[in-house]
Amino acid sequence: MDFSFTEEQTLLRNTVQSLLADKYDFDTRRKVTKTADGWRPEMWAQFAELGLLAAPFSEELGGLGGGAIENMIVMEEFGRHLVVEPYVETVVIAGGFLREGGTAAQQEALIPGIVGGETVWAFAYAEPQGRYNLADLTTTAKKDGSGYTINGYKAVVLGAPWAQKLIVTARTSGGQRDRDGVSVFIVDKSAAGVSTRDYPTVDGRRASEITFENVKVGADALIGAEGKGLPLVEKITDEAIAALSAEAIGCMKELNTATVEYCKTRKQFGVPIGKFQVLQHRMVDMFMAHEQSVSMTYMVNLKLGESDVERTKAAAGAKVQIGKAGRFVGQQAVQLHGGMGMTDELNVGHYFKRLTMIDTQFGNVDHQLKRYSEAA
Amino acid sequence: MDMRFSPEELAFRDEVREFIASNYPQELKGGARRSRGEMSKEDILRWHRILYKKGWIVPHWPVEYGGTGWTITQRYIWNEENARAETSPLLPFGLSMVGPVIYTFGNEEQKKRFLPGILSGDDWWCQGYSEPGSGSDLASLRTKAVRAKNEKDGDHYIVNGGKTWTTLAQFADWMFCLVRTDPNAKAQEGISFLLIDMKTPGITVRPIITMDGAHEVNEVFLEDVKVPAENLIGEENKGWTYAKFLLGNERSGIAGVARSKKAIERLKNIANAELIDGAPLMKTDEFSRKVAELEIDLSALEVTELRTLAAESKGRGPGPEASILKIKGTEIQQRITELAVEAVGNYAMVQAPRMEATGNEFVPGPDYSTGTAQDYFNMRKTSIYGGSNEIQHNIIAKMVLGL
Ligand SMILES: Cc1cc2nc3c(=O)[nH]c(=O)nc-3n(C[C@H](O)[C@H](O)[C@H](O)COP(=O)(O)OP(=O)(O)OC[C@H]3O[C@@H](n4cnc5c(N)ncnc54)[C@H](O)[C@@H]3O)c2cc1C
Ligand SMILES: Cc1cc2nc3c(=O)[nH]c(=O)nc-3n(C[C@H](O)[C@H](O)[C@H](O)COP(=O)(O)OP(=O)(O)OC[C@H]3O[C@@H](n4cnc5c(N)ncnc54)[C@H](O)[C@@H]3O)c2cc1C
Repeated sequence: MDFSFTEEQTLLRNTVQSLLADKYDFDTRRKVTKTADGWRPEMWAQFAELGLLAAPFSEELGGLGGGAIENMIVMEEFGRHLVVEPYVETVVIAGGFLREGGTAAQQEALIPGIVGGETVWAFAYAEPQGRYNLADLTTTAKKDGSGYTINGYKAVVLGAPWAQKLIVTARTSGGQRDRDGVSVFIVDKSAAGVSTRDYPTVDGRRASEITFENVKVGADALIGAEGKGLPLVEKITDEAIAALSAEAIGCMKELNTATVEYCKTRKQFGVPIGKFQVLQHRMVDMFMAHEQSVSMTYMVNLKLGESDVERTKAAAGAKVQIGKAGRFVGQQAVQLHGGMGMTDELNVGHYFKRLTMIDTQFGNVDHQLKRYSEAA
Repeated sequence: MDMRFSPEELAFRDEVREFIASNYPQELKGGARRSRGEMSKEDILRWHRILYKKGWIVPHWPVEYGGTGWTITQRYIWNEENARAETSPLLPFGLSMVGPVIYTFGNEEQKKRFLPGILSGDDWWCQGYSEPGSGSDLASLRTKAVRAKNEKDGDHYIVNGGKTWTTLAQFADWMFCLVRTDPNAKAQEGISFLLIDMKTPGITVRPIITMDGAHEVNEVFLEDVKVPAENLIGEENKGWTYAKFLLGNERSGIAGVARSKKAIERLKNIANAELIDGAPLMKTDEFSRKVAELEIDLSALEVTELRTLAAESKGRGPGPEASILKIKGTEIQQRITELAVEAVGNYAMVQAPRMEATGNEFVPGPDYSTGTAQDYFNMRKTSIYGGSNEIQHNIIAKMVLGL
């Protein structure tokens, strides 16, 4: 049993920490999210330069030889600074699909773009009727010569306004919710027939609704085997859940620190409000919620390589824990800050909003509880 | 004991229902869902002016000042019907807060001067209680008013200090304000209740934007603001008594039972439209149980409120039990918005455009999903303002349980 980090991992954390301390203070972040673009490509370039975008790839794939734990470290620190840049979408998800399902040619052609910071990706999987069911697809890909023609509609594709490339799930056969018949494609956002409508999300990011109208892709756009994509999609979304869990514990940690600090200094009735036992116990509960979430985050990141059942339980369990804890910590942090907690000016509300959205991404507590009990 | 309506009460209900149906402005339909920080001043006042014309603007006031003389049950029905029709809520600051203070504690001159503007809606009032250093501990407030008399200005106060979290002060003509007139007295004893014209030189209003993006609250700076002494309500240094009277009134309206019922109906509509694997979300065990629990909590609150109202009609004022209404009412309101976020799934992530938007913004997802997350974020305020829920717990512990 060992929960300690290697020297390289500690170094990685320090690197991310000092970069973000330097370039990602809350006011800068707030200004950036209000610009038309909503993000900073130059930050992305810095991430690449410091090797963050290479961290979880093996050396054969041009990476630094890390894996899930490296993603976890980066994402926890990103959570602490509310980083909006699409690390999960590009490195964890697109990188994950290429690593797990890509052919040698695809890996060779596409991973360097990720590692080098030249290509940004988004994951177009959800559809309005499908909610959180990854197999519920009306988007279709029809065999067309040696390639495919894609038609369909994808909802709330996070990071898509910034992306050049998309990972798209589509049905190549079967009924709307069949496990079989799901395929995964790489699609250029600039391909003919792809149209996007962009908008901001409540946590200060950007997303798109994407329509695919007779979009032609070649046979080399397929990731993994045709019609057998669902297990791969599930594995990679679990990796994304593991990364989001890490982001969430970063958010919670900042909220708890800020709340304890605030309650030590804010005076009412002649004493710091932290002297009121009811608030002390509340902060203890917040502290425990964070610790339990750290544990589940470690667990899911350590179990990503295990059997499908083990991995599913770990991911669903972690998502339930961070969904509940994130809600509790977020709501209480706002409450204990009183009126200040309601303001846009203070970072507290922003962490709360991000935690709320993390609960929604890839399925909320109810969805993951169901998934857990079905896997167990 | 009887919880049913009499035939006369049912007839009254039909009259009210019919009046709302034919008089509530079409363009404002569904307006109740929008937070006030998103509506224009005129939008907020539309319904007010219609009710004023009808003579129904202050059913809760004594008849001599403009009240309707309705029974408690009729007032209850009135609230129910408004919630049912989702009319936009009336602003409480004039009608429920300062109005009753003025007709209870003000002099004849003040009643004549201020009540008509409150009734007609021509005067927009805001509440200047909280200060940066005085939130839950309101009695610690420091905004200072010094009485002075001279040839040129007559008898007046010079006010210095600052208020914060002042709801919709950006539109206000008047602020009712707690000020410290005796810095040497015990905290509660040196406070006075002053009415301040917002156009007086020395007043600056600065917006505070809340996390949902709304401009609902403000900071108000007061620098050498000259207030005529005739704007003092009641006696100098007795302001705390009037402030407490006012807070009691604020609390009894805060349960929001009727509006929560409507909000649950709306939530169910969403959950019936949202599909999980092709079947309505509302049909799943997890979700339907959560809604059922909410409804049960709400019916308990409804009867608790009716019991409080019945006691009130027998002449007992809203006691510390009113804190139950505040705590439970706001918890329920918050849970409804939380479940709405759960219900809409991925589209909860969409940031809805603000009122000042051009109208060309693209908003994806079904209509009902727009703004659900913002509503949820905005509703976190309800357990903070009007005396936070922690403070309400303290009140019950002390005043009811004797701890
Ligand atoms: C089944 C059982 C087995 C036990 N076995 C043993 C044993 O083998 N040996 C032994 O020595 N004792 C034993 N105990 C006794 C046990 O340790 C005491 O019951 C315990 O310490 C609580 O003390 P009390 O019952 O006097 O409650 P109190 O101390 O009077 O507490 C009453 C309530 O007040 C709360 N409270 C007290 N102080 C605070 C505070 N500062 N802040 C907030 N809340 C507070 C408590 O949490 C509790 O809810 C046993 C008790 C039980 C029920
Ligand atoms: C949207 C909004 C609108 C508002 N509108 C108005 C308005 O129009 N006019 C106006 O005057 N004010 C208004 N307020 C102010 C509101 O009344 C105060 O925010 C409220 O009284 C809490 O004060 P505070 O924000 O300073 O928090 P604090 O008093 O600093 O409290 C911080 C936290 O500590 C807790 N706490 C404090 N004391 C105790 C205690 N003794 N025991 C246990 N817990 C405690 C509180 O419950 C809270 O959770 C508004 C506030 C908001 C958020």
